[in-house]
Amino acid sequence: MTREIIVSGFGGQGVMSIGKTLTEAGLAEGLHVSWLPSYGPEMRGGTANCSVVVSDKPVGSPVVINPTELIAMNTPSLVKFEPMVVPNGIILINSSIVDKKPERSDVKAYYIPCIEIATELGNPKVANMAMLGAYLEATKAVKVETVHEMLKHIFHGPKEKLVALNLKAMEAGAACVK
Amino acid sequence: MAMELWKGNEAIAEAAVRAGCRFFFGYPITPQNEIPEYMSMRLPQVGGCFLQSESELAAINMVYGAAGAGARVMTSSSSPGISLKQEGITYMVGAQLPAVIINVSRGGPGLGSIQPAQSDYFQSTRGGGNGDYRTVVLAPNTIQEAVDHTQMAFDIADKYRNPVFVLADGMIGQMMEPIEWKEYKPAYTAEKEWATTGHKGKRPHNIVNSLFIDAAGCHQHNLELDKKYKAMEENEKRWQEVGTEDAEVLFVAYGTPSRIALSAAEILKAEGIKAGLFRPITLWPYPMMELREAIMRPSVKAVVCIEMSMGQMVEDVRYAALDKKPVSFCGKAGGVIPTQYEIAAAARAALGR
Repeated sequence: MTREIIVSGFGGQGVMSIGKTLTEAGLAEGLHVSWLPSYGPEMRGGTANCSVVVSDKPVGSPVVINPTELIAMNTPSLVKFEPMVVPNGIILINSSIVDKKPERSDVKAYYIPCIEIATELGNPKVANMAMLGAYLEATKAVKVETVHEMLKHIFHGPKEKLVALNLKAMEAGAACVK
Repeated sequence: MAMELWKGNEAIAEAAVRAGCRFFFGYPITPQNEIPEYMSMRLPQVGGCFLQSESELAAINMVYGAAGAGARVMTSSSSPGISLKQEGITYMVGAQLPAVIINVSRGGPGLGSIQPAQSDYFQSTRGGGNGDYRTVVLAPNTIQEAVDHTQMAFDIADKYRNPVFVLADGMIGQMMEPIEWKEYKPAYTAEKEWATTGHKGKRPHNIVNSLFIDAAGCHQHNLELDKKYKAMEENEKRWQEVGTEDAEVLFVAYGTPSRIALSAAEILKAEGIKAGLFRPITLWPYPMMELREAIMRPSVKAVVCIEMSMGQMVEDVRYAALDKKPVSFCGKAGGVIPTQYEIAAAARAALGR
């Protein structure tokens, strides 16, 4: 199957990072993948989104037009991309700052309070990982263990404790869609 | 070998280093900034030199200098920056200097936009500088090809003592895809006996120059250059065909739109329409006769050229079609990317369905 995902939010929320982690994990599981960023000229605060394709077939167009899944980290992202999601698609919403619900009834919506989860864990930087955990629980696109292995690869030595923190954030996010 | 996930721009830079590039001169511009950024980190590790110049004009003339001294040297920029480099490029062709120039192209004209575009086709294939000159232009459509083309570009440049372009649209520069690092084996290894490396009185001076003040001498120089262009046309043409054997509609596209065209072909297949793709991999030399052959196949009823521009390569496609088959154009400019749905609709319209 082919999953076409749009991850969207403000610059600095870690939307590119969610997409990259998913892409890396797909590659590690032997799938065909692509990651395509789209952003304005601003360093921070501008809008940013990325198109991710994870598929068992070679990737044709890397531009996602009708996502099978949308991750909306802020309100403008939900407003902009909700109409493009495929029927029966999935929308994951960062309910910490998005005060809207999808208007469509033919999509499945999940609400993840990413900032509250991260704050409770004592590190606001893992808000995006809570969202990734929720995404993986909702879609099973790749295995959590694959991401776990990647985290161990990224965080080692003095940063090793960050592996557990990221995993906790993912678990707390996943709990929101169970 | 394991597949690794690389961003296009960084992969291009690493590919150059692995191909022996030790000098990089450039000036920042979106969407190619990861190339100089990566080079500034990587070249000092291998004893090379990265220099961010005060302008594009300075950068291309530093490339001229390093190439003249026999170094493997590269510069990269995006459309408006490439415009500024045109003077140095024609001088390098005139002085017969090899170098690799990466254009991660964006919307134009003028400063345009920072999003992917292909409106530099004329500039790349017809020469944006003065004089009778040609440069091989490679147009990758995957990150793997961007890597392979960058390395191949150094060999082609050395073989003909001529600058070579890699024209990668902004999408190829910005996206991430899995690639495999193959061992680089140089395809051309002859000593650069013409380079100005210092001779300590042991041989005559080597002179690097593009000025031939005597008309007859300049004509003779042009004849010699022309021989090289003919050899490039003979040896360096590259293209790819997908499903062209029995296609009713033939897509012609390069770079990113060639991938989107394949997604459009899938949509059409579900409707019972056979679509094929002819993809020029070298934009110069252009695979004109090969394209003509594909167009003239009896199954082909219509040709659709897809570009991220207002229509530049389409002129070559029309020339290939000799008015024998209808050629239509589907394109978006300024950084807007044509969708597979728009391409499929253009195919239906071309077939009158």
